[in-house]
Amino acid sequence: MTSDGALSVLVVLLGFLCGTILIVIVGRNPAGMYKAILQVLTGYNLDRNRFYIRYVGEWLAQSMPFILCGLSMGFAARCGLFNIGGEGQYVVGLTVAQFVAILGPQIPGVHWFAALLLAVLAGAFWGAIVGFLKAKYQVSEVVATIMLNYIALYASRILVMRIPGTNTYRTPSFPETALLRSSVLEKLTGGSMLNLGIIFVFLAVLVYWFIMEKTRTGFALRATGFNKEAARASGIPVIRSIILSMAIAGAFAGLAGGIVALGSFRFGRVLAGNDGYGFAGIAVALVGNSTAFGTMLSGLLFGMLASAQPLMESNRIPKEITFIIQGLVVVFIAVRTGIRIFIRYSQRKKVVQEVVDHE
Amino acid sequence: MNELLGKIPTILMLVSPILITATGGMICERSGVVNIALEGLMVFGAFAAATVHFFLEPVMGAQSIWIALTAGALFGMLFSLIHAFAAISLNADQTVSGTGINLLATGVTIFLSQILFRMDRTRQFRLGMMPGPGGIYPTAFIALAVIALTWFMLYKRPFGLRLRACGENPHAAASVGVNVRNMRYTAVLLSGILAGLAGGCLVLTTNTQFNSTTVNGHGFIALAVVSFGRWKPLGITGASLLFGTALAFSIIATDFTLLRSLPTEIFNIMPYAITLLTLVIFSGKDYAPRSAGKPYEKGAS
Repeated sequence: MTSDGALSVLVVLLGFLCGTILIVIVGRNPAGMYKAILQVLTGYNLDRNRFYIRYVGEWLAQSMPFILCGLSMGFAARCGLFNIGGEGQYVVGLTVAQFVAILGPQIPGVHWFAALLLAVLAGAFWGAIVGFLKAKYQVSEVVATIMLNYIALYASRILVMRIPGTNTYRTPSFPETALLRSSVLEKLTGGSMLNLGIIFVFLAVLVYWFIMEKTRTGFALRATGFNKEAARASGIPVIRSIILSMAIAGAFAGLAGGIVALGSFRFGRVLAGNDGYGFAGIAVALVGNSTAFGTMLSGLLFGMLASAQPLMESNRIPKEITFIIQGLVVVFIAVRTGIRIFIRYSQRKKVVQEVVDHE
Repeated sequence: MNELLGKIPTILMLVSPILITATGGMICERSGVVNIALEGLMVFGAFAAATVHFFLEPVMGAQSIWIALTAGALFGMLFSLIHAFAAISLNADQTVSGTGINLLATGVTIFLSQILFRMDRTRQFRLGMMPGPGGIYPTAFIALAVIALTWFMLYKRPFGLRLRACGENPHAAASVGVNVRNMRYTAVLLSGILAGLAGGCLVLTTNTQFNSTTVNGHGFIALAVVSFGRWKPLGITGASLLFGTALAFSIIATDFTLLRSLPTEIFNIMPYAITLLTLVIFSGKDYAPRSAGKPYEKGAS
């Protein structure tokens, strides 16, 4: 019961258990929820006894922003920072991608790549601001990121509405060269929204793992996260570590924004509110224990919940149950850390007691 | 100028919920518990108030407003209990449990709306809160009473001294017989009550129903107000007035020829940009309660 992975599984199961009980309390049939989940995971529809492979493709497509925003939160967390700013970094990436999509050069293969690249850089910049303020001026990253989230959202609205031909909610359609569509992936998954973004998601997971576990930089970041003073004393440039980790965290969220902008839509959006991937990313990273592989798995879990929503609706289950499960999982994780401290504390007390008895 | 004076009721209407929530946030942080769940607690309060008002209005008429506000406060308190239990009894990471409540808030309230009203928001009530003389809503007086009472309790009563001690140095407080755990529980629950009440005030004055965008960041603005107002009653009153005015201008700017050419979003950005800027400018001195965010372990250290 002490391994991180086992605890995460337990917490998720608890979340589902509470969700199931809640559905029963309000007099609906929880089987509807599980049927929806089965159909998302395998494409198999129990009621009609048929396979629809499209649902699997939609599931993977839905999971992409969750995985990337989870990596964003997780990367900062490994360096001891709480990045609530995934949402803002995502919005900045999305906005830049939309601009490049509409105004960029329409060269096949180059156009969408340039848009994604600039989205990544924009996200990294937005994250680096937080790291800079934290390292140089000791501004709490929690407050700074929340402020920057809203600044990003409203700035995005102001800027996107300036694009010629934009009304209050959408820009003109993107040119074909800006889209991440791939006819191969669409054919494989029965016409789902699955797109080239998935390649970059896998690359991101690999990059995360490589930087964190295999490079000197990653070691410095983790050391800063464990104990800032000890890291400083052993010659690790702490200020640089903090700025760098927030920049990389922002890059992941920016990529998520770019992929959603060019993969899930064919026009730019004037955002009316937050998409919520950044906030969900906090939960994704917490469930995944901020490891590369764990975050990918928990991102797939959250993507599964999101793409099961419309199916749940048709089974008369309010789709908000998925948000409740997400929230409960985070609350349980908060408590989980507490329980672990409590166990450690009582063990220490026991040892002290034994020593006293011995004497 | 007259034009501007005419906008005062609108400004006060927007300032009141922010000030009430920020007061709760201040009490909470002064006791040593960081509460980023303010946003979520406001959502719970707004939902409960709108729902209760919808059901009681046909029976009781305008008087049901007060029961609705009480319901909002109670609902806010109920969910702040989760934060209190996690943060105080289990020494959980306060940012994580606050985030959990924020995530839960939209889920639970819209879920309940689906069950009660079969749609993703509450049904519309007929009349919200009615403005009093001068077009000023009663919520402005509630906010004034809340902040005045809080100032009195925090600075003029032993209770306030003890509460502030728990946020500065809980071990010292415990050594002179203060029950840190109880003080912090009281503070978190108070912040839940106030955020819930503020959510109720918000929905009953600015809307005719509760939906997922009713609260729309007011709780996070309140969080900014607490930092910007440097954890002091007078400071947060000033900050609330400033931020509320900025928000009001995002709605009323079109009435002024001079401001019409600006995108209204500029006024939405202002509270956040100002907060960030002041945090940088005043970064040398630390005004935050010294032990805010740190769990208190009996006998440790």
